[in-house]
Amino acid sequence: MAKPTVAPVMRQKPLVPWLYLLPAIIIMTVFILYPMINTVGLSFKNADGSASAEVTCREGQPCWGAFENYRYALTNELNTSSPKAFWESFWISSYGNMIKWLLGMVSGTVIIGLVFAVWVDGIKSEALAKSIIFMPMAISFVGAGVIWKFVYNYGTSQVQTGILNAIISAFGGEPVAFLSKVPLNTFMLIIVGIWMWTGFCMTLLSAAIKSIPEEVIEASRIDGATDFEVFAKIQVPIIMPTIIVVITTMVINVLKLFDIVYVMTGGNFGTNVLATRMYTEMYTNSQYGRGTAIAVILILFIVPFIVMNIRRFMKEEAMR
Amino acid sequence: MISLTRTKSNGKFDLTRLLTGIGIVLILLVWLIPTVGLLVTSFRPVALINTTGWWTALDVNNGPESAQHPDPNASYVEKLGTRFTINNYVDALTGYRGTKSYLEDCKSGTKPLGMSCSIKDLLNPRGMGRAFLNSVAVTIPSTILPIAIALFAAYALSWMKFKGRYAVFAILVGLQVVPIQMTLVPVLRMFAGMGLNGTFPAVWLFHTGFGLPYAIYLLRNTMSALPKDLFESAYLDGADHWTIFKTIILPLTTPAIASLAIYQFLWVWNDLLVSLIFLGGSKPVMTYQISNMVTSLGAGWHLLTAAAFLSMLLPMIVFFALQRYFVRGMMAGAVKG
Repeated sequence: MAKPTVAPVMRQKPLVPWLYLLPAIIIMTVFILYPMINTVGLSFKNADGSASAEVTCREGQPCWGAFENYRYALTNELNTSSPKAFWESFWISSYGNMIKWLLGMVSGTVIIGLVFAVWVDGIKSEALAKSIIFMPMAISFVGAGVIWKFVYNYGTSQVQTGILNAIISAFGGEPVAFLSKVPLNTFMLIIVGIWMWTGFCMTLLSAAIKSIPEEVIEASRIDGATDFEVFAKIQVPIIMPTIIVVITTMVINVLKLFDIVYVMTGGNFGTNVLATRMYTEMYTNSQYGRGTAIAVILILFIVPFIVMNIRRFMKEEAMR
Repeated sequence: MISLTRTKSNGKFDLTRLLTGIGIVLILLVWLIPTVGLLVTSFRPVALINTTGWWTALDVNNGPESAQHPDPNASYVEKLGTRFTINNYVDALTGYRGTKSYLEDCKSGTKPLGMSCSIKDLLNPRGMGRAFLNSVAVTIPSTILPIAIALFAAYALSWMKFKGRYAVFAILVGLQVVPIQMTLVPVLRMFAGMGLNGTFPAVWLFHTGFGLPYAIYLLRNTMSALPKDLFESAYLDGADHWTIFKTIILPLTTPAIASLAIYQFLWVWNDLLVSLIFLGGSKPVMTYQISNMVTSLGAGWHLLTAAAFLSMLLPMIVFFALQRYFVRGMMAGAVKG
């Protein structure tokens, strides 16, 4: 028998691999690839997809032709009567809220996750402490929504049964309607997101911190570095690649976020995000054209991360 | 009790360490208190939930007249007994929406509207009992299907050499982060054409489609890390791909399959958006039922807290029993980078 030039297991009839791949490829084509293309097409159509979006333009109103749904998706929430009104409306629009969510939730989860990972590193109850932080990951956004809605509960009578308002009252403060007060409400929702996702960030960052060789830390301590210097100048720079992966994962999660807002405020009181707006357009208003246009805008924000993911994968493969 | 002592500590008192300890405890409290509040509240009678904070649950004398123990001289334990109840859970499970409680109504002989005071009430479409079964019916196939399909695909991508393998995998990596919002409208229209909206297969198929990229990615990474010699000797012994797949690959990837199964199970169990759109009220799952109770005014905190805790029960058990697998399944995608 001649010596095979390729590893023998990699040899087979040309069709065999595709047979193994076929079910996966069919399902992903039908449920992801084709709908994605279809979504882009629908975003240029009217409400039920029967004609171009242009037909929804009204006389005397601004019109972007086939891009009419995009005009709606981008500008509908904005008030352009004056620069001040513009900024005010922008700040509570789904885009303004997206910026708040991105800044608040990504930094909140990563910073608390990192600090907590460093703090509990090596203490006796490390595993227990970490599973307490990670636990919210196992429950649904809906469950978390109920939990926090109760924390934020605003009693109309004298008694405050929500713990946060009870604390405020105990210190002589005025109870706050956390979920309907703009722009405070979006920040209260972000806290729920942080509560849920910090465990994820913490676990990844903790694993990275533990992979730093002990000698590196020891050496810097001998050189007289304080705890904070070790953290800021040694640990953080070494685990930077992991921090970046965590940040990108969180950014993608935040962009897609739907459940927290839907359950807690339904997108009312200026808390809408792109995903809840899309849901309202497609389900409540049956405006498929507008709904898909919002979806396309959403994926445009995510495309850079898709490219990044593929690049990272190619680099890994090259090193294999 | 949580011990904050550092194993590597040299035993000296240290202010930074003390402050760190306080910081850890504070964070843990913020993480625990909301859930504890939910749990305690779900066992309290309605009258007390609405008039007193859950943190006063051990005070047996507060609250309205109606909630007091009939005998003012009763012992603390006796009084405490009347301040906790399982009524909220029964009402949530059966979907009771009356003014008293399911058990009281049934005991007094007045059957609650549309109910029979028998075990059948657990299947009331408004109740969490029925929703629990629906959630199970959605979740199990939605977990098995994508993993089964992904196993074959991952095998081909890791141990077969063919043109286009690299491209297929690169596309998969990209598909992992596509938001489901991007596909909802076309799939909804497609299902409407096939009469699938509001049926279980609709959700199974959708979850399978969206679970696949990550499932294949994770399994492929596990499989391709297996030692090559294993396959070579089997192949030289005359084993074909199918035999290798069955006898070598499957047993060796079991831990990865477990991680993936738990991850996918919890993801589907906790999902709201997909069930909301493709099942809606026709086959309400637990998350749908709760979100409905939140947005409609009919359900008070007593029902909501009990329902929420019911929906969290299974994930919590899975989480605490199989935490290691769950964490691994969650992290596999990100850790690779």
